Amino acid sequence: MRSVYLWVPLALFAFFAGLAAYMLTQEKDQFVESTMIGQPLPEFALDPAYAGLPGAAKADFTGKPRLLNIWASWCLPCIAEAPQLEALQKQGVEIVGIAIRDRPEDVANFLAKYGNPYSRIGSDAISEVQLAIGSSGVPETFVIDGKGVIRYQHIGDIRESDVAKLLAELEKAR
Amino acid sequence: MIRFVLAAIIALLALPVAAQDSMPPAPYAYNQLADPRLEAEASALMHTLRCLKCQSQSIADSDAPMAGDMRHQVRSRILAGESPDEIRRWLIARYGDYVSYEPEVSSTTWPLFVAPLLLLLVVGAVLLRRLGKRRSDAEGGDVA
Amino acid sequence: MIAEIGLAALWLAAALAVLQMVSGAAALRTGPAGEANPLAIYARPAAVVQAFLAVLAFLLLLRAFAITDLSLKLVASNSHSMKPLLYKLTGTWGNHEGSMLLWVGVLAASGGLLAGFEKRLPERTMGATLAVQGFVALGFYAFLLLASNPFERLPVPAAEGTGLNPLLQDIGLAIHPPTLYAGYVGLSVAFSLAMGALLTREVNPAFARVMRPWVLGAWVLLTLGITAGSYWAYYELGWGGWWFWDPVENASLMPWLAATALMHSVSVLAARDALRTWTIMLGVLAFSMSMLGTFLVRSGVLTSVHAFAVDPERGAFILGLLGLYIGGAFTIFALRAGAVAEGKRFAALSREGALVFNNVMLSAILAIVLLGTLYPLLTEAFDVRVSVGPPYFNPASAIFAIPMLLVMAVGPLLRWKSDKPARLQFELALIAALVIGVIALVSFFGRFPLLPLLGLGLAAALAVAALLPLKGRKLARVPVATWGMVLAHFGVAVSLFGMACEGAFSEEKLAAVAVGGTEQINDFAVTLDAVTPVAGPNWTAIEASLAVRQDGGEPVILTPQARNFWSPPQSTSESALLTKWNGQLYVVIGNQAEDGRWQIRIWWKPFVTFIWYGGLLIGLGGILAVAGRVKVDVTRRRAASKGDQRRADLEALGAAAPQPAE
Repeated sequence: MRSVYLWVPLALFAFFAGLAAYMLTQEKDQFVESTMIGQPLPEFALDPAYAGLPGAAKADFTGKPRLLNIWASWCLPCIAEAPQLEALQKQGVEIVGIAIRDRPEDVANFLAKYGNPYSRIGSDAISEVQLAIGSSGVPETFVIDGKGVIRYQHIGDIRESDVAKLLAELEKAR
Repeated sequence: MIRFVLAAIIALLALPVAAQDSMPPAPYAYNQLADPRLEAEASALMHTLRCLKCQSQSIADSDAPMAGDMRHQVRSRILAGESPDEIRRWLIARYGDYVSYEPEVSSTTWPLFVAPLLLLLVVGAVLLRRLGKRRSDAEGGDVA
Repeated sequence: MIAEIGLAALWLAAALAVLQMVSGAAALRTGPAGEANPLAIYARPAAVVQAFLAVLAFLLLLRAFAITDLSLKLVASNSHSMKPLLYKLTGTWGNHEGSMLLWVGVLAASGGLLAGFEKRLPERTMGATLAVQGFVALGFYAFLLLASNPFERLPVPAAEGTGLNPLLQDIGLAIHPPTLYAGYVGLSVAFSLAMGALLTREVNPAFARVMRPWVLGAWVLLTLGITAGSYWAYYELGWGGWWFWDPVENASLMPWLAATALMHSVSVLAARDALRTWTIMLGVLAFSMSMLGTFLVRSGVLTSVHAFAVDPERGAFILGLLGLYIGGAFTIFALRAGAVAEGKRFAALSREGALVFNNVMLSAILAIVLLGTLYPLLTEAFDVRVSVGPPYFNPASAIFAIPMLLVMAVGPLLRWKSDKPARLQFELALIAALVIGVIALVSFFGRFPLLPLLGLGLAAALAVAALLPLKGRKLARVPVATWGMVLAHFGVAVSLFGMACEGAFSEEKLAAVAVGGTEQINDFAVTLDAVTPVAGPNWTAIEASLAVRQDGGEPVILTPQARNFWSPPQSTSESALLTKWNGQLYVVIGNQAEDGRWQIRIWWKPFVTFIWYGGLLIGLGGILAVAGRVKVDVTRRRAASKGDQRRADLEALGAAAPQPAE
């Protein structure tokens, strides 16, 4: 065997070790991001999630930027983000909700307990709209501009530190 | 004693599992299509799509509700006449290459395709050196 | 107290590993007159005592789990006093620290066995080997003691344990990890032997004869471990799959591929003094793959259903060990392998040639599996996420597996050193005819996917080809080792047949069935008789009672369950299997729909059991091969000592000594 080839295994291993070392320092990428950023919302028209508010449809996303909040009453982090959603609503942001796999009574109970920042809530019993926009879990929040185009995705519950970023994205979407 | 055990069973069966919805699964999550040929097509596709909420499973092998919803999408679209490729592309347009186990040549996956070809060349080269050279030597007589 | 003894035993073992390392290294330096270094005598005893201590530590942890000693952090977080005793015991290795202790225990035990029983190596080489073994052991002792202490105590003993993952409360946990670890940690002996031979320039047939049984032994255990794991996943996980190319599964397959190549290579080196550099490289590679697997599984860099420790800090430690051992071994290889003399020559068309070809094919498959497993890691560095699974691994590895299987059919029939194709015309024609014939026949009955179809053809050809070496020989006089080869190759054909049948002919039925309703699959009528709640020691479940009638015959009752464990809270699906000679009916019960009907999933998998029967046959073939070699070795030694005795007698009588035949 020519001597230069004898170094190939070591070289390959060194490459792997470097890669692994680098990846160990990186935080594990837990989330699957939507690739629909920049694309228009798909056509949809959902029935109301409960009696108190109208349902949600693509046609509702015209005129000004809005937040689209994917949530569910059985989702624990959604409880954590309720105060932030309320804060956003108080600042004049319109929040349209889509409740994933939820019953009307559970939705009503959740809103009664944790507050209701939504202007509309659609019921997505088989995750159809959730899949259509590339959302992979609850809670997630999307910034939709006045033409119905998805501009930004926030995965996970909204923390206090995220509120400013969302407001900025809403501004950008004007 | 029996009554206690039964009561315990019933009580435990009523325990809610954290963070799970209680809605029924989507119609085609656990129901096959009537046409066996379409079902086979759908099944083959589902075995190559990744469950987004699981650690590493195809949607055909997962009982997660979202996997069921994805199966519903696949089956209802196949029933509506879409081809498996179209459905795969629809999902990749929403989640990227991550959702598909079937590699398609793209800017992020080309090394996976180049590697076997490269290996074939390397293998060929190694074998030629090892065996090609030997053949001429061995025919020339044994070297002790 | 007992736990502290265990910990102390580990520290002592680590100290002995240092002694073993130093003493072994000392054996490399002979004195000015050629006499052995006085320090060298400690290597063997150090290795043996180290083995006893490490195994003792493991047994003490086992005891702690058996009595549910809740003052130990490990027991409190992984066990429960209400678990059945078997699962308490197997739970010892059902977690990171315990399985790491098992790892280290096997490492020490293999080193001890090597030191205690292997007398055929020159002392210098043995010293180098033990030094390497001690060096490797030291790193893993350090990992265990400093980063994964299994004997850590809780400041206040827990009131109750948090229980073991329900998926692991199964007989499979008793079989799969121990055999698997014995296999791929047993490869450490091959690693140390390869390094020892490389360092002392002793790469020759005598060395290969020493290495061979160790490789065979580890390989057999690894084969059985992987087979057990595959079957366990099949019936436990409830979706009827037996291999998913999951990173942890691949982590066990890669050492197996390297070990298979190594096993064949070392046989060639022993028999024909060829493939010297290959053998050393593979010896290093096999255990390197084992260590790499340990890293992948425990560091959390890859997503897997199997991953049992996700700890980047521990991952960094293991990566450091990898850099030291794999990096070190590859460096020494690069520096020294050039000095290994070339072995004997052989023609392309010869048994050696066939073995070289297949070794290269196995290495190529190993490279594919490695690339596919690590690729998501590479793309994540660029913030892109991809998924690599069966749709990639199956065709990519098939590119190399198919030629390999074809050559495997022909290889054992070839002569050593040089052969002519004309001599094997009949056999080649037979093999080709079988492959084409079977594919054509099956295709006549329907359209089937390509790879399973090829698998069927190759399996048929390989099954016949495996038996061809026996043609024209007196069966009673065929060496045991040859029977081993025949059986192992036949086992591969059987396993391949099972895989191909499962891939091509499986049927699945998903249905919502009301109590009393019947579903039809293949020629089975499955009737849901009842659904009742049942309770176990640490779980409750819904059990379905299904009557299965084949062709209207006597019903067999199957009882799949949907179980709920409470400690930790988790649901599992217990499948019910009906095994016939020609396949398995696999039944799973799901949830109840709102109209009261139950979700039932039924699979009919023809010949799926052959996958694991094949695996067992391969393992059995390996055992026969070891037994055969040991028998030959013992016979040879007895003959040699008889010959020596005779020569001594003749000399005593003053007659000339006859020339010994070699």
